[in-house]
Amino acid sequence: MKSAVIIFPGSNCDRDMDVALKKFGFKNQMVWHNDHEIPKSDLIVLPGGFSYGDYLRCGSIAGKSKIIKSVVEFANSGGLVLGICNGFQILTETGLLPGVLLQNKYQKFICKNVHVKINNKENKYFKNIKKEILELHIAHNEGNYFCSEDELKSLINNNQIAVTYCNENGKESDEVNPNGALSNIAGIFSKNKNILGMMPHPERMIDKYLSSNDGSFFFENLIENLK
Amino acid sequence: MKIKVIVTLKDGVLDPQGKAIQQTLNGMNFSEVKEVRQGKYFDIEVNTEDEKKAKTKVEEMCKKLLANLVIEDYKIL
Repeated sequence: MKSAVIIFPGSNCDRDMDVALKKFGFKNQMVWHNDHEIPKSDLIVLPGGFSYGDYLRCGSIAGKSKIIKSVVEFANSGGLVLGICNGFQILTETGLLPGVLLQNKYQKFICKNVHVKINNKENKYFKNIKKEILELHIAHNEGNYFCSEDELKSLINNNQIAVTYCNENGKESDEVNPNGALSNIAGIFSKNKNILGMMPHPERMIDKYLSSNDGSFFFENLIENLK
Repeated sequence: MKIKVIVTLKDGVLDPQGKAIQQTLNGMNFSEVKEVRQGKYFDIEVNTEDEKKAKTKVEEMCKKLLANLVIEDYKIL
């Protein structure tokens, strides 16, 4: 399986993602934002970080970069596109995913482990995954997912809510909502589930000696589903 | 010529920075302050003197980049 990680100026989780993808069997290539073409891939990843210094709005400048046209074409043809953290913000700014990531409710940069519940397994990302609840890391200042009421209804009706913040038993509440996100949303799918954007970082959780191992479940499962 | 643009958050969209500024102003004894909403201001210099043409272009810029219409409104001054 082949993957491509796009690097923007200011991306800082690109190498972690490269390590994670390779660890679980992907042949990964790094692609610079100023390139026009992406090598043939089964998965494109927009990594976390601070693309273009978060100027204007997080992800807005990256959303207009040269490489994005190829990402949009790939996504619209049904290709798998995964956006983590700033990658999620970029996906909303390109319009590939609905809504927007606002500044955290309490004006703080949040850097901690959280639990998220997988809400929909009928897709390439989570089908057959061995866990319902994952412990993952978040590190962001703009992770407060927001969309209109109609859009939220449409997300619910189309089963587009991918992961939600919860406690270790899977209970969602305001107490475990780190950033004020609407309906505890930590990640969403596109309508046909080929695009996934989420704030938590599975690539930081692939070594049980360093952190939690729950990201391993995600990547192991993803590559199996793509074979 | 220069075109000025103001981008503001739509009503109902959470503005934690505006809220913090409001609370600080209240703390500085500006007790009359009820709410602060923070926005962005752009000075855009364009190479034309045709104001109508320039504003049409700037409007396109607002829709495509300067504002995120999910959460923001723009005003061309």
